[in-house]
Amino acid sequence: MTITPELIEQHQLTPAEYGKIVSLLGRHPSYTELGVFSVMWSEHCSYKSSRIHLKKLPTRGKHVVQGPGENAGIIGIGGGWVVAFKIESHNHPSYIEPFQGAATGVGGILRDIFTMGARPIAVMDSLRFGPLTKPHNLRILSGVVGGIAHYGNCFGVPTVGGECVFEECYSANPLVNVFALGVCKDNEIFYARASGIGNPVIYVGAKTGRDGIHGASMASAEFTEESKQKRPNVQVGDPFLEKLLLEACLEAMKTGAIVAIQDMGAAGLTSSSCEMGSRGGVGIDLDLDLVPQRESGMTAYEMLLSESQERMLLVAEKGREDEVFRVFKKWGLDAVTIGVVTDDGKLRIRHHGQVVAEIPNPALADEAPRYDRPHGTKPHRKAPLDAPEIPASKDLNADLLRLVGSPDLCSKRWIWEQYDYTVRTNTIAGPGSDAAVVRVKETDTSIAMSLDGNGRYCYLDPREGAKLAVAECCRNLATTGAVPVAATNNLNFGNPERPEIMAQLVEAIEGIAEACEFFEAPITGGNVSLYNETLGEGIYPTPVLGIIGLMKTAIPAPVQFRSEGAEIVLLGGFGETDDVRFGSSEYAKVVLNQLWGLPPRLDMDYEKRVHDAVREILAAGLAESAHDLSDGGLAVALSECCTSALGAQVTVGGIARPEFALFGESPSRILVITRNPGRVREIALFYRVECPAIGVTMKERLRIGNEHGMWIDLVTSDLKQSFENGLPRLLSQPLTNAG
Amino acid sequence: MKAGVIVFPGSNCDHDAWYAINQNLHGQAEFIWHDSTDLGGFDAVVLPGGFSYGDYLRCGAIARFSPVMNAVKKFAAGGGLVLGVCNGFQILVEAGLLPGALLRNIDLRFICREVTLRTETADSPFTSKLRKGQLLHMPIAHGEGRYFADDRTLDELEAEDRVAFRFVGNPNGSARDIAGILNRERNVLGMMPHPERACDALMGSTEGLGIFESMLSAVPSFAK
Repeated sequence: MTITPELIEQHQLTPAEYGKIVSLLGRHPSYTELGVFSVMWSEHCSYKSSRIHLKKLPTRGKHVVQGPGENAGIIGIGGGWVVAFKIESHNHPSYIEPFQGAATGVGGILRDIFTMGARPIAVMDSLRFGPLTKPHNLRILSGVVGGIAHYGNCFGVPTVGGECVFEECYSANPLVNVFALGVCKDNEIFYARASGIGNPVIYVGAKTGRDGIHGASMASAEFTEESKQKRPNVQVGDPFLEKLLLEACLEAMKTGAIVAIQDMGAAGLTSSSCEMGSRGGVGIDLDLDLVPQRESGMTAYEMLLSESQERMLLVAEKGREDEVFRVFKKWGLDAVTIGVVTDDGKLRIRHHGQVVAEIPNPALADEAPRYDRPHGTKPHRKAPLDAPEIPASKDLNADLLRLVGSPDLCSKRWIWEQYDYTVRTNTIAGPGSDAAVVRVKETDTSIAMSLDGNGRYCYLDPREGAKLAVAECCRNLATTGAVPVAATNNLNFGNPERPEIMAQLVEAIEGIAEACEFFEAPITGGNVSLYNETLGEGIYPTPVLGIIGLMKTAIPAPVQFRSEGAEIVLLGGFGETDDVRFGSSEYAKVVLNQLWGLPPRLDMDYEKRVHDAVREILAAGLAESAHDLSDGGLAVALSECCTSALGAQVTVGGIARPEFALFGESPSRILVITRNPGRVREIALFYRVECPAIGVTMKERLRIGNEHGMWIDLVTSDLKQSFENGLPRLLSQPLTNAG
Repeated sequence: MKAGVIVFPGSNCDHDAWYAINQNLHGQAEFIWHDSTDLGGFDAVVLPGGFSYGDYLRCGAIARFSPVMNAVKKFAAGGGLVLGVCNGFQILVEAGLLPGALLRNIDLRFICREVTLRTETADSPFTSKLRKGQLLHMPIAHGEGRYFADDRTLDELEAEDRVAFRFVGNPNGSARDIAGILNRERNVLGMMPHPERACDALMGSTEGLGIFESMLSAVPSFAK
């Protein structure tokens, strides 16, 4: 086939990129080679727009065993054990086919974990949808949640936490970011680095079909009307097969016959082979006739670009193939030698006896274009900076009930009850906790983890918004007693070719870099999802942080009040809110239906001292319960602490406007419920952190006011009802006997 | 002498059962691969939860043809203790070792939740350490756990004191709130809730341990 300019454009390659291909090869590529380059040089696989900025992220730390560049980051947790973890997006497929799009997103990230030799023990998800008042968003939500549940539950990994936010800008661009974490011994880590000239390259797992061809390129373009016809680009997941693949891979790794292994994710056979070859500085020869195939008559182009799920490629020690085959046979899986490691550094593909592609591995994996896209402009934002006239609330009780029942703040029980969050019997703190906590049975250490992102904050100020997300994750971890050790991030943005969008990305990355450096949570990997635009309308810039922390295995202090008459201390103090910074709050969104101004002001040094203080308070056993403040501010946080039996009487000092005092989202604040406020105060003083005693727990009512009068006076069962019914009401699907 | 935990392709609570018996109960458990045909040497057998063979068909409908199931039937016929949890219960029903069927939850969604069970009989090797009426807290995690049988079967189960546990607050639409049942000989128990997930204080409940302790006292030889 002749390579025409039209064909090049169809492959989403620019004329300049094509020129680079020609110079790297010293000739024009074949059609098959063009396809291979188009996926490997796609935004999704090459990070061509973000790579130069991602370099700014801190990646080193005392716990880091493996930073970015492998399938997942690895952190030492002591006692000879490590954890592998990463977050990845499946935004575009989930819009086109929500159930399978989300399901295969889970499948992909799980393979990234167990290809490192680690058994997945936890999954979390960060989701963004359009408002549920539109039926099509309901369909996407139900499909995505169903898909995650289907895959994770069947595979047998607990989905222990996450977040879910609704905003108009995600209506045609839902975000589905899935985080996974696994454990293994520190001397049993596997890398995707091919070596040993003459070693066999073995294909294992599902057969190759025509599904998902060009998925990576699809994820690297804006959506248009035609995108909906791209449904065949979305793959279909088989979690049962993945479970078998997990067990077989871990068992095969134990034989000692495996040299390198990588999952076939985006761009399947192509990326796994050239990346393993490139990392190891070797070549790989593949014979496509040997690849297990689900369909007949597939071309080399189709096989190389197929994104059929549940497949892995591994390099074994020559002469020990049978040890590997035996294990895969036991699990009923295909395992076939399809190639060999060579010394010439090239990816050479044969089909029907002919060489159909011959490309130097580094050309695909390392020589991909890198762009310093223009970003010397202000980040895109349409919201005004100045505050409007903020009307005095007519009914603060009604406002609070509305907020706790609003889609962003209400209980996500409808979602997380569809996930098995207790399988593997490690979940010490599951959904609904400030951070999820999973024990590592073989050690006395547990892993605390939190996902957070705030598109509204980042839209108003990408740099500050990103820092706030890091701070919030670390605050979540601190509130369970854990110390942050490492982070992964998922950068969801619009079209990087627009300077004002690129500016958002750069600002956000620099904000993450600064905050992760400060909170000592180096980034060990992650994912960039660009072109989240439909018909020219972009999403809010939405960096999602996933931060993990370590703690000694023990049940953390719960969120909810435990007894009557305990003192409530607001560690960190009342914070500051003004007219401008109130514009990013949930109150502004839900009650005033507006967005303006700036995100809350963050003092990272103060924030960190609050974390240190709360960890010490928790370690000393001084807290009956604890809960950090975030979206919705003090009143919403207190509401979340209430049970139907227990509420609180709280007096707020200092700030004039009740709306600001109740619903301002100033960071660096944690509610500590204690029987020993004196000692709590001593610790707070030591860390130079404010700690006003703001009230006591009481029976069945939540009352909040100042010295002049009462602002909130509600029966806690009403609050709880509003909180629990938020989603079911919108979905018209009542919960059966929800606890 | 020991308990065997059967591993079907797709079992995913096998390790949890193994851990509960070995670490929390201080008993002795070993895995049994699904193509085993001999259960000699085991005092009790656990069919764990999970998605055997993916459960793409009716849950348990494929697993019942596993070679090991013939051995399980023989084992049960010989009086051996057989505990089926969640998918294990579904398999026992499909295999005809227990009556009835497990249908999709009434609201058609998978549910993971801590539930309260009421012990309906202490007269079995699985419940002898419990009191009749004793409440137990433990998780459920299933999409198809709605127990169904015709009225005659249900009447018979009740008349023969074979309902082992009922839900307090029925989460899935099970007939007569049934959460677990015994066979006529009382040596086979199937239940949807997960006692192996409630054997460790760190998991929030140790109230599942009573079931394993009862089994242990029925066959003391599987203590370490």
